[in-house]
Amino acid sequence: MYCDMVTISIMDKIMYGLHRQGRISFYMTNTGEEAVQIGSAAALTLEDTIYAQYREAGVLLHRGQPLAKFMNQCYGNCEDDSKGRQMPVHYGSKKLNFMTISSPLTTQLPQAVGAAYAFKLNKKDACVACYFGEGAASEGDAHAAFNFAATLSCPVIFLCRNNGYAISTPVLEQLKGDGIAAKGPAYGINTIRVDGNDVLAMYYATKSARKFCITQKKPVLIETMTYRIGHHSTSDDSTAYRSLDEISEWETHSPLVRFRLYLESLGLWCQKREEELIDSIKKEIFHAFGEAERKSKPHWRNLFTDVYKEIPDHIRKQMNLMEKHLEEFKEHYPLSSFTHTK
Amino acid sequence: MMLSKLSTRLRHAGRKLLLSSGEFSAGPKNYARGTHFKYFPCEKQIVAGETQKLNMYQAINHGLNIALENNPRSVVFGEDVAFGGVFRCTMDLKNRFGADRVFNTPLCEQGIAGFGIGLANAGISAIAEIQFADYIFPAFDQLVNEAAKMRYRSGSMFDCGKLTIRAPCGAVGHGGLYHSQSPEAYFAHTPGLKASRNAFFIVVPRGAMHAKGLLLSCIDEPDPCIIFEPKILYRIAVDEVPVAPYKIAIGKAEIVRSGDAVTLVGWGTQVHVLLEVADLVQEKLGVSCEVIDLVSILPWDAELVCKSAKKTGRVIVAHEAPMTNGFGAEIAATIQTECFLHLEAPVQRVTGWDCPFPHIFEPFYLPDKWRCFAAVRDSLKY
Repeated sequence: MYCDMVTISIMDKIMYGLHRQGRISFYMTNTGEEAVQIGSAAALTLEDTIYAQYREAGVLLHRGQPLAKFMNQCYGNCEDDSKGRQMPVHYGSKKLNFMTISSPLTTQLPQAVGAAYAFKLNKKDACVACYFGEGAASEGDAHAAFNFAATLSCPVIFLCRNNGYAISTPVLEQLKGDGIAAKGPAYGINTIRVDGNDVLAMYYATKSARKFCITQKKPVLIETMTYRIGHHSTSDDSTAYRSLDEISEWETHSPLVRFRLYLESLGLWCQKREEELIDSIKKEIFHAFGEAERKSKPHWRNLFTDVYKEIPDHIRKQMNLMEKHLEEFKEHYPLSSFTHTK
Repeated sequence: MMLSKLSTRLRHAGRKLLLSSGEFSAGPKNYARGTHFKYFPCEKQIVAGETQKLNMYQAINHGLNIALENNPRSVVFGEDVAFGGVFRCTMDLKNRFGADRVFNTPLCEQGIAGFGIGLANAGISAIAEIQFADYIFPAFDQLVNEAAKMRYRSGSMFDCGKLTIRAPCGAVGHGGLYHSQSPEAYFAHTPGLKASRNAFFIVVPRGAMHAKGLLLSCIDEPDPCIIFEPKILYRIAVDEVPVAPYKIAIGKAEIVRSGDAVTLVGWGTQVHVLLEVADLVQEKLGVSCEVIDLVSILPWDAELVCKSAKKTGRVIVAHEAPMTNGFGAEIAATIQTECFLHLEAPVQRVTGWDCPFPHIFEPFYLPDKWRCFAAVRDSLKY
């Protein structure tokens, strides 16, 4: 768990830097929320389907996603599973049962409930875990999902990351009640609030929630209290709406610092091992992004495929039009960085 | 064996459900109260074998029975579907297939659509009902941003192709603003909602026979589909419907009546208006119209429509929805591009006005047979 937490934090630093150098178009860090992600992921199995918002890369990492795949997605190269169509950090993995992320907030919540109902129908010994921020919880889809999950008795864990901010909007402008957890009982959902900077608390809460969901066929809501230490995204400078003091206050209580102190107190960790770990992760990440950067983009025709399972006539016509156009005007398009095969 | 058992049951249900079945005659009949058209039963025999007289809600009920019977991993849900639905389309399904597979949801359209997407993600054939097409807009985000884009954005890792949405649409005589709308054009602007090969996202049946066949096609398609059911036809539209399962190719239009002077294009209830217009034109102007039921809106059968347009040189497109950016605009633009040298007159659109759908003014709002007839006459005179 600790290794994964460190890996995700280093990957964030490096990718953030790559964006600053203009090498990827966008990025969102996970800083401060490593424990929420890794602690909960460790309590789930690969049978459990994940529906995420976008700040849950650690969950995917803990499930076994290779670093190269994260990089391929951010670069949108020819080895990206989603074929370079989405913005960076919109990860997904069929193999790891992690639904592909989409930008519209909260849409994944009622979907997770539907998938959980399917699990119940299929008598599957698994649950669905659905992550979202406290801002997303204001959307109508959150209300829909909580109510459907309760009335239709679905084995789903709603995992809210309450990190204090939705971009610039502090939680006090998001809601007046007692956070997200207070909503749970109103829907008839068993609810718990957890210290999201405590990876072990996250692990145990999620583990019990999973067991409850599967045996009782009922939803659980976990509100994790944490703090978004990084900017909202690479398009955001958070010092415009919050103080540096506030951020540094939370940095001293970061989940990484806390878990490391715990491990050291047990004699399981030391400065030397920390340095070795950081070195090896850095090496691995630099290697992965180097490779990802060198790979060409997918063939332009992938713009037209997968809209439907098979390409309908009208879209095929448009693809042929584009092909003809490119034959005539190829020098005006960045064809050289796109693959020519397939 | 299983099929024959099902057939017997469906036949039985048909007799039970069909109100005053003796009253229906084979020919066109004017149902006086509040309808602006007479219903022309489908005479085409789509599959060989036994048929029975059913109205459209019964045909849909048969379709749902077949879908639930054939696939244990399929469910029907929505507002008030458990007791049979406000239009009786889901009658008796809960008793037959259990409360786990036929169930009410809370009153929340965005939830219904999102929940259906999730079921489909997990491999369940999800047949959702939105009580009126007018109330599909809260689900617009789930349908347009999620259902339609899921396959594309995930590189085909994930999809929700097993999702089918049914929604009653169109004028009903007295539905006012929120029980009359035809929202197909909003969705026709969204790539990704529909299906593979020749089957497509938005379909609108014109009667009982089409409703059952299109529903079964939508359910089987590997991409999400919406079927808009003209609610005025639920009881009026009585066809000889095949008892066995059958499908109607989505994405294919149908020439309902051949002619050579003017092409009339419509879908749903409007097809019946256009058939009557064709009779009027024959009687008063002495020429024949070709009437095309577009059947599916996205992607639509441009080939068949353009072929007819080239033959007649004159086209009228008619739909209940408002004119500006209605689907008629897409059809007119395509005909203009593909058939420019064949056209003898501008393509005309006869549609609802660019106003909300009114209550007491409905007779003045609808593109009824007289407005369509006037357009045909003007086109012939051009």
